[in-house]
Amino acid sequence: MTHIHSFLAIILMTLSACSQQTASKVQAETPTDLIYTIELVVPDLEIPWGMDFLPDGSILITEKSGELIHYRNNTKQTISGLPDIYVRGQGGLLDIRLHPNYNSNGWIYFSFASQEGPEEGGNTAIMRAKLNNNKLTDQELLYKAEPNTTKGQHFGSRIEFDNEGYLYFSIGDRGNRDVNPQDITRDCGKIYRLNDDGSIPSSNPFVGHSGAKQAIYSYGHRNPQGMVKHPETGEIYIHEHGPKGGDEINIIEKGKNYGWPVISYGLNYDGTPFTDITEKEGMEQPLFYWTPSIAPSGLSIVSSDKYPNWTGNLLVGSLKFSYLERLVIENNEVVKREKLFENTGRLRNVKQGSDGYIYIAVEGEGIYKIVPKQN
Amino acid sequence: MKSIIVSILGMASIFVFQLKNQDSLKTSIERGSQVYKDFCVSCHMTYGEGIKNVYPPLSKSDYLKNNREGSIKAIKFGQKGKLVVNGVTYNGYMAPLGLTNREVADVMNYITNTWSNKNKTMITEKEVAKVKK
Repeated sequence: MTHIHSFLAIILMTLSACSQQTASKVQAETPTDLIYTIELVVPDLEIPWGMDFLPDGSILITEKSGELIHYRNNTKQTISGLPDIYVRGQGGLLDIRLHPNYNSNGWIYFSFASQEGPEEGGNTAIMRAKLNNNKLTDQELLYKAEPNTTKGQHFGSRIEFDNEGYLYFSIGDRGNRDVNPQDITRDCGKIYRLNDDGSIPSSNPFVGHSGAKQAIYSYGHRNPQGMVKHPETGEIYIHEHGPKGGDEINIIEKGKNYGWPVISYGLNYDGTPFTDITEKEGMEQPLFYWTPSIAPSGLSIVSSDKYPNWTGNLLVGSLKFSYLERLVIENNEVVKREKLFENTGRLRNVKQGSDGYIYIAVEGEGIYKIVPKQN
Repeated sequence: MKSIIVSILGMASIFVFQLKNQDSLKTSIERGSQVYKDFCVSCHMTYGEGIKNVYPPLSKSDYLKNNREGSIKAIKFGQKGKLVVNGVTYNGYMAPLGLTNREVADVMNYITNTWSNKNKTMITEKEVAKVKK
């Protein structure tokens, strides 16, 4: 019996060795002339999953473990009034985003794993609330994906607004790859679009489709943990984790299918294939794919005058390789990749602050600001 | 015919009784393999090999072999700070996974009995419950 097992194992390993992957078209280089360095601004954080900047320059930070922190004048203030958070696997308190008109309406949006609903387990939820005297008030639950599951994977959860004021957020496939992402009557494996009050825009692509989740804007996604509005074009850019290889950058278009898991440049974690095809009619090709995976989290596009050589470049955190990746894009193609600040730690998030500086959040460390090197 | 069946069943039940311990270890390992797929594989990888200098290996890991309680503690409460595995220092952060005590025991039985790892003493839910932060 043992012999049969080892025989099967050998066959499997041989087969997996045969599933060759094509590496990314452009390889990441270490820069030789980097004129920036990083400076710690918020120390001692565990998993700073999300952050956003208040008008006074102070920072709201979410700890995945379920704590919301307001960092101001070198002091951490814990904010109360959060809903019950389901902390399991990749789930917890996740992204946070101010409304584009925060100054006039005070709304703060955040995503989290929630147990609300009849089934055991949890799923991604979006809430908005206001901040008053270190407390969240006026909480409104805007969306809760269903059904719950005890699976630990793929909550997605990045939040962004476009130029028209629509609210976008991602929910990953929740570890149910073959059921969720391609089915628009089910949650998970989707990018969603709502009005800022949580109602469904009548112009959403699947409004009127029988049985469809009408908040869906695009589908066929695995686990998007980066989302940002392009500062010039206003388009919504995302990236998503692949399995072993096949992390992707995509520009989100209304009603489109991004192919997971029917088409993919990735393999199962054990190296076996789950699909033979990387393209198919009716499914979108990524702008770029990473093989090997970098495990991308957090996405920003540089628009401030603090980094003139980086204007329009994408910045992506790499959880797996502990660096910040800079991608230069020309005519919708990645032409250059750079590994910035190598060995910094698991890079969870990157965002341009209201002061124009880029901030990066590193697990087990804290939040750093990218500043010019002192000569 | 009936008596043959009865005696076969009788033999089988004795056999099952004798194997009960191995059996519960086997089912625990099976459940643990699912926990591993859901919570661990994306960093520690399919063959427990980890990722060089980022995520420590579990296969042939001297830390896992020699620090039973420390390993349970890391899975139960998360792991922060320096950890030396097979001579390499890791300084990463693993978040608390939110697993039940039974799931911690199951995944410990899986990782200590898979690849080339062997562990004669089964980890029980009770043992996990006793491990404090």
